[in-house]
Amino acid sequence: MVQAGKSERGAKTARNDATVTAEKPQAVAGLGRAALLRAYHDMVLIRRFEERAGQLYGMGLIGGFCHLYIGQEAVVVGVQMALQDGDQVITSYRDHGHMLAAGMDPRGVMAELTGRRDGYSHGKGGSMHMFSREKNFFGGHGIVGAQVSIGTGLAFANRYRGNDRVSVTYFGEGASSQGQVYESFNIAALMKLPVLYVIENNKYGMGTSVDRSSASHDLSQNGAPWGIPGAQVDGMDVEAVQAAAAAAVAHCRAGRGPYLLEMKTYRYRGHSMSDPAKYRTREEVQKMRTERDCIEHARQHLLALGAAEAELKAIEEAVKTQIQEAADFAQASPEPDPAELWTDVLASDVAASDVVAGA
Amino acid sequence: MAAQEITYRDALRQALDDAMRDDETVVVIGEEVGRYGGAYGVTKDLIASYGEERLIDTPISEPAIIGAAVGAAMTGLRPVAELMYVDFLGLVMDQLANQAAKIRYMFGGQIGVPMVVRTQGGTGRSAGAQHSQSLEAWVMHTPGLRLAMPATAADAYHLLRHALTLPDPVVFIEHKALYARKERTDLAAPVAPWGQATIRRAGSDVTLVTYSRMVFTALEAAAALAERGIAAEVIDLRTLNPLDMATVAASVRRTGRAVVVTESCLTGGVAAELAARIGEECFDYLEDPVIRIAGEDVPIPVSPALESAAIPQPPVIISVVQRMLRR
Ligand SMILES: Cc1ncc(C[n+]2csc(CCOP(=O)(O)OP(=O)(O)O)c2C)c(N)n1
Repeated sequence: MVQAGKSERGAKTARNDATVTAEKPQAVAGLGRAALLRAYHDMVLIRRFEERAGQLYGMGLIGGFCHLYIGQEAVVVGVQMALQDGDQVITSYRDHGHMLAAGMDPRGVMAELTGRRDGYSHGKGGSMHMFSREKNFFGGHGIVGAQVSIGTGLAFANRYRGNDRVSVTYFGEGASSQGQVYESFNIAALMKLPVLYVIENNKYGMGTSVDRSSASHDLSQNGAPWGIPGAQVDGMDVEAVQAAAAAAVAHCRAGRGPYLLEMKTYRYRGHSMSDPAKYRTREEVQKMRTERDCIEHARQHLLALGAAEAELKAIEEAVKTQIQEAADFAQASPEPDPAELWTDVLASDVAASDVVAGA
Repeated sequence: MAAQEITYRDALRQALDDAMRDDETVVVIGEEVGRYGGAYGVTKDLIASYGEERLIDTPISEPAIIGAAVGAAMTGLRPVAELMYVDFLGLVMDQLANQAAKIRYMFGGQIGVPMVVRTQGGTGRSAGAQHSQSLEAWVMHTPGLRLAMPATAADAYHLLRHALTLPDPVVFIEHKALYARKERTDLAAPVAPWGQATIRRAGSDVTLVTYSRMVFTALEAAAALAERGIAAEVIDLRTLNPLDMATVAASVRRTGRAVVVTESCLTGGVAAELAARIGEECFDYLEDPVIRIAGEDVPIPVSPALESAAIPQPPVIISVVQRMLRR
């Protein structure tokens, strides 16, 4: 499904929005060397983070769910580059990449994966549930599709306040089968809400391929009945993603209502750590890894732009150190205080006035 | 058939297999139930025997899945709709509580909804706040829904088989921490009938009333109490609708003391209902107030240490019973 080849990059990212009127993203001039180096760094950071999370899981240091983002890095990194301060992001449980791209601290994310005190949710949320007010990351949500309505609400609040913020609402192609997605589309279109919906079409929702879960063959057009412009994007190309996201965000920010991007991407690992992924062939995964890898793609482009191997190597080394620090931190952080079990259920931990005393 | 080692998971699978073999109106519908064999492996390989027509993989669209099952059941099919996590009741309570549960009554008894919603809940896997709940009180609070919560493999088999003969909607809640639990049993041997509680351990000092995974927690506590000279009786309710108060009341009248143990949280819960009924039906026999030991009134945290502190563990039961008996 993910089209191969460099020609995919650029103007073609918008080829499917013919049925609704919207500006097509401009042909990609490319990010340029400096920005592409930043993108490269962020993608490598996410990849190495996820690889390490997978290892810690294997060692029994992370329990429960752990959904790795490996393969999809170009999507969040490209979209994030199109945002400005104050824009909000919300996503599902496959959220580590989104948090790192938003600038959250890898140490705090990793410590949450190990369920420790210094994790973003102090060990209560885990891999799927983290939040950062500072970075405008509105969570990690475990009920498939629920974040789409919430992301729409973020946009409503922005419009109500009259600020020019955009909310980016990510969900999977599997989640695109949830009814509340379409209820949200209608509301967002009716109210012209500044929300960018990003479908990360990685081809599989757990073990179900998109052709077995969706009668719609072009998910970028799923908002068309409500007049929501949409485009398919090569989600393995961070420059194509950035260009498409920049155009879409500009549309939202200009008060023209929601926009829908379908990112054609791929997850290399199983759905979660417990998934043996028998529903697809090794060859299929291998082919994507060798022919379409987003990091390798950026690397080639950087070298063509004149970046030196040493420069890339330096980035990789710096990331390596950072990930090692995150892993060390996540293992050294103490277990949560047992008393934490009862805190933060509500804002006030049962105030005296809430209690009607018994005998 | 002789007794054999079987897991809770395989017993459920066997029940579906046998029901589908015997009754071609039984169809299984849900996310990942077919080719993948179920998120927890309960429907593994059934597709090889019954094909895609009867093991229907759906998109992630729970309200439509349950709604479609209701519609199909109204025509006499027996859908087994799998809800991957009981937490997703949040999405489907309308179809269950406002449609499935009401149809027989509001249409004057002319039509019923013979469907089963198979789902699983509970803690034990660090699955976090949105994948670890015990929501049986929501179901129990809705007249018109049957509710089964098996603890053992034998019950998993027989209660599911029975559920698939009933004329009304059944919510069948499995426990995620029990799937791999093995027991030696003969699935062909009869168990207590549907709707009847079972005494898992006899005792004369106190009655522990529970169901689902907490049966094993209570049994562990009862074994420890026995070493301290206290004989605790453990009752496994098996179904919460119907609720077998006769067995519970008979036991409490004998022991004079009752402790209700649930994994689901305390306030407004199943334990409260049981405690109230025991109080009403056994008042003259009670030596002590009925005590509820239930999950804490908190969302379920991911940290394993916090997670296990959120639900009843044997030491709490032991100390509560000791205090009750002043020993
Ligand atoms: C309401 C709900 N239904 C089902 C699930 C179980 N589940 C978790 S992830 C998933 C697949 C989602 O696929 P997709 O939206 O494509 O996202 P991806 O995992 O590929 O990132 C399913 C079925 C859930 N968490 N919530």
